[in-house]
Amino acid sequence: MMTSATNTGSRARGSASLKHRLAERGVDTKLLLLVPAIVFALLLFVYPFAYGIGLTFQPLAATQEQWGGGLFANYVAFFRDAFIFDSVWITLRLALPAALFNVLVSIPIAFKLRSKFRGKRMLQTLLVLPITLGTVLTAQGLLIFAGRQGWLNRFLLENGIIDQPLQLVNNYLGVMLSLIISGFPFAYLLISSYLSGIDPSLEAAAKTLGANWKQRFRRITLPLLAPGLATTFILTFVLAFSVFPSARLVGDASGETRVLALMAYRAFSEQLDYSMASTIAIMMGVVELIVIAFVFLGRSFLYKGSTGGKG
Amino acid sequence: MTRSTNTFDTLELKNVGRSFGGQNALVDLNLTVRAGEFIALLGPSGCGKSTALNCLAGLLPLTHGEILIDGKRIDVLPSEKRDFGMVFQNYALFPHLSVEKNIAFGLQMRNLPRPEIARRVAEGLALVKLQEQAKKLPGQLSGGQQQRVAIARAVVLEPRLVLMDEPLSNLDAKLRLEMRTEIRRLHQSLGLTTIYVTHDQEEALSLADRLVVLREGRVQQVGTPEQLHDNPANWHVADFMGYRNIVDLEVESVVGDLARVSGRGISIMATLAQPAAVGDTVRVAIRPSDLVVAGPDTPPGRDTVQATVNVVEYQGREFAVEVTTTQGQNLFVHAYTALVPGSTVQLTVDPSRALVYRTSLDGVDAPRELSAVR
Ligand SMILES: Nc1ncnc2c1ncn2[C@@H]1O[C@H](COP(=O)(O)OP(=O)(O)OP(=O)(O)O)[C@@H](O)[C@H]1O
Ligand SMILES: [Mg+2]
Repeated sequence: MMTSATNTGSRARGSASLKHRLAERGVDTKLLLLVPAIVFALLLFVYPFAYGIGLTFQPLAATQEQWGGGLFANYVAFFRDAFIFDSVWITLRLALPAALFNVLVSIPIAFKLRSKFRGKRMLQTLLVLPITLGTVLTAQGLLIFAGRQGWLNRFLLENGIIDQPLQLVNNYLGVMLSLIISGFPFAYLLISSYLSGIDPSLEAAAKTLGANWKQRFRRITLPLLAPGLATTFILTFVLAFSVFPSARLVGDASGETRVLALMAYRAFSEQLDYSMASTIAIMMGVVELIVIAFVFLGRSFLYKGSTGGKG
Repeated sequence: MTRSTNTFDTLELKNVGRSFGGQNALVDLNLTVRAGEFIALLGPSGCGKSTALNCLAGLLPLTHGEILIDGKRIDVLPSEKRDFGMVFQNYALFPHLSVEKNIAFGLQMRNLPRPEIARRVAEGLALVKLQEQAKKLPGQLSGGQQQRVAIARAVVLEPRLVLMDEPLSNLDAKLRLEMRTEIRRLHQSLGLTTIYVTHDQEEALSLADRLVVLREGRVQQVGTPEQLHDNPANWHVADFMGYRNIVDLEVESVVGDLARVSGRGISIMATLAQPAAVGDTVRVAIRPSDLVVAGPDTPPGRDTVQATVNVVEYQGREFAVEVTTTQGQNLFVHAYTALVPGSTVQLTVDPSRALVYRTSLDGVDAPRELSAVR
C-alpha cells in the first residue's frame, strides 16, 4: 500500500486515508524509532528473564527430594524453608521503613529548599552528593565513621560520654543507615521536582481564600503531590529491596540483614544451585510487584491529572 | 446574594512601594478607595500592576509605606487574615477539586456550617451561570468557564475587597466583551469594592469608577474615566488613552492657555495641558478622531495641515487612515469617506482637542519621591 505512488487516483486516495487513519491511532513511521529500544529490551531483559523463569522449573535432585513438588520443588522450598522465606520479612523490614523514611523526610526538606536563600545551592549539593558515592563507598565510609573503632565511637569514648562502643554497624541499623544515605538523595530529587511542578499560584490562591499553612498543605499541596510521593516511594523501595552490598558490608549477613538478594547470591555462588537462585530472584520481583500494587491501589483513589504547573 | 457585612469605609494606601533587590517595581502609590468603588490599575506591561495587587493581597511584603483600612494597618496581616478575594491572571483553580469544591474552598476554611456552604456555593454557581458544570474538574472547562469559576470562588466569600489581575487577558475578543459586562453586572449587584488590573484602556474605561495609570512603578494620574479620557495629565497617559498622534513640535506663540505649535509640516493652535514657553519643544497629542478631514474646497490656511494619504483601512463605520505631512510626519486620522491613497487632503483640528505636553515625564512628582525613603 505504501509503495503505490504510481497507482490510480482512487488507490492513492485509499492508501492516503489508511495512512491517515493509522496515524490517528499513533501508528506511523515514527514507530521505527522504537526499534532499537525493542531490540535492547528483548536481548537484555526479556530473554534473560524468560531463561531465568525456565531455570526455576529445573530444580536440583536434592531439592526435589527434600521438598517434593516435582517441577515446582524450588517454589515449594521457597515457601516451606523457613530459612529462605524469613528472608522476605527481613528484606521488607529493611526496605519498607527505609523507603518510608526517605519519602517522609524529603517532603519537609524539599519544601524548605523551594524558597530562595543563601547557601541553597551548597545545601542541595551536599544532599545530593551521596548519589555519586555508590553503595560500596558509602558502606566503607560508614564503617570508618561509625564502626566499633570508628571516629564517632572513639570520640565518644575519649570524652567519657560512653564507656562501651556503640554498635552502629554490622547490624540492622548499619544497613538502614546505608539505605537512607543512598536512597534519600533520590527521594529528595524526585520530590522536589514534583513539588516544583505544582503551580505556586495555587498556594497563593488558597492563602487569599483564608487557608493557613496547615490547611494549604493538607488540602492543596499534599493531594497534588501524592501521586509523586507514591512514585518516589516505589522507586526508593525497589532500590532498597534489592540491597546487596551494604547488607553484606555493614550488615549482619547471616542474621538480621539476611536479605533476599544475599540468599540468591548464596544459592548461586555457594550452593551452585542456579535454579534456586533464579527462584529467589523471581520471587523478589513478585514481592516487589505486590508492594507496588498496593501503592498503586492507594494512589488510584487520588487525583491523577495535571498539577497546574508550567514545568 | 446579600451585600457583604464586613465592609469598610475607606482603604488607604500610603506611599506603598516595593523593590526587588534594589530595583523599584512600585514607588509611592497613594490611593484612597471608598467602599463599593471599582478602581482600575492601568499601565503597560511591567509597570508594576501585579506587584501592587500582590502587595495588597499580602502575597508580597511591602518595602515601603503602609496600607490602612479605616485607619487600622493591615499590611502587617498575613494574606489569609485579610479577607480579600483575588482572581488570578492564570485563574489558579485547584486542579484536583471539582468546580463546586473550588468555590466552596474559602467557605470551608471559614468553618461555616454545611448547609450554609451548600447554599452559598449554589448561589455562586448561579451567579456565574455554571450550575451544569458543578461536578466537573477545572481541566474539563473552557477558558471562559474557568474564568467564571475563579470569579465565583473569590466573590462567594463576599470579601471586603476583590482584587482581579488581568482576568480577561487570556480570553478571545468576543468572550472578553461578554465577561467584561458580566464583571460590571456582578459589581453592580454585589457592590463589592474591586481593584482591577488591566493593560487594556478600553476595559479600564468601561469598567472602572476611577482609574490609576502607572508607568515604571509610578502613578501618572488618578481620575475618573472622563477625566483621563479628556484631560490626560501627561503625554504618556495621553498615549495610553488613545491619543495616537504624539508629535514633537515647537511653541511659536502663547496666548492664555492656547499656543501655536509648529514643525514637521504642521502648524496648528493647541491647548496647553502643561505650561510651556515660546521656543520650547513640546509633545502634542491628538486623537485620530479629532483630526478632521476638511472638504476638498477648503482653502489651505494657517490652521490646516496638508498631507498625503498612505494607507486606508476599513473599520466598519469609519476608515482608519494613515497620512504623511509634507515634511514626512505620519499622522493617524479617522475619516467617514473612503480616501484614495496618494491623494492630498487638508486636516483641521479643534484647538481644544490638541493637547500640549512637556516632553519629559519626570519632575512632576519629584519632591514627593524624596520623602518616600524610610
Ligand atoms: N519576583 C521578582 N523579582 C524581581 N523583579 C520582579 C519580580 N516580580 C516583578 N519584578 C519586576 O517588577 C516590575 C513590575 O512587575 P509586575 O509583574 O508588577 O508588572 P505588571 O505591570 O503586572 O506587568 P504585566 O502587565 O506584564 O503583568 C517588572 O519590571 C518586573 O521585572
Ligand atoms: Mg501582571
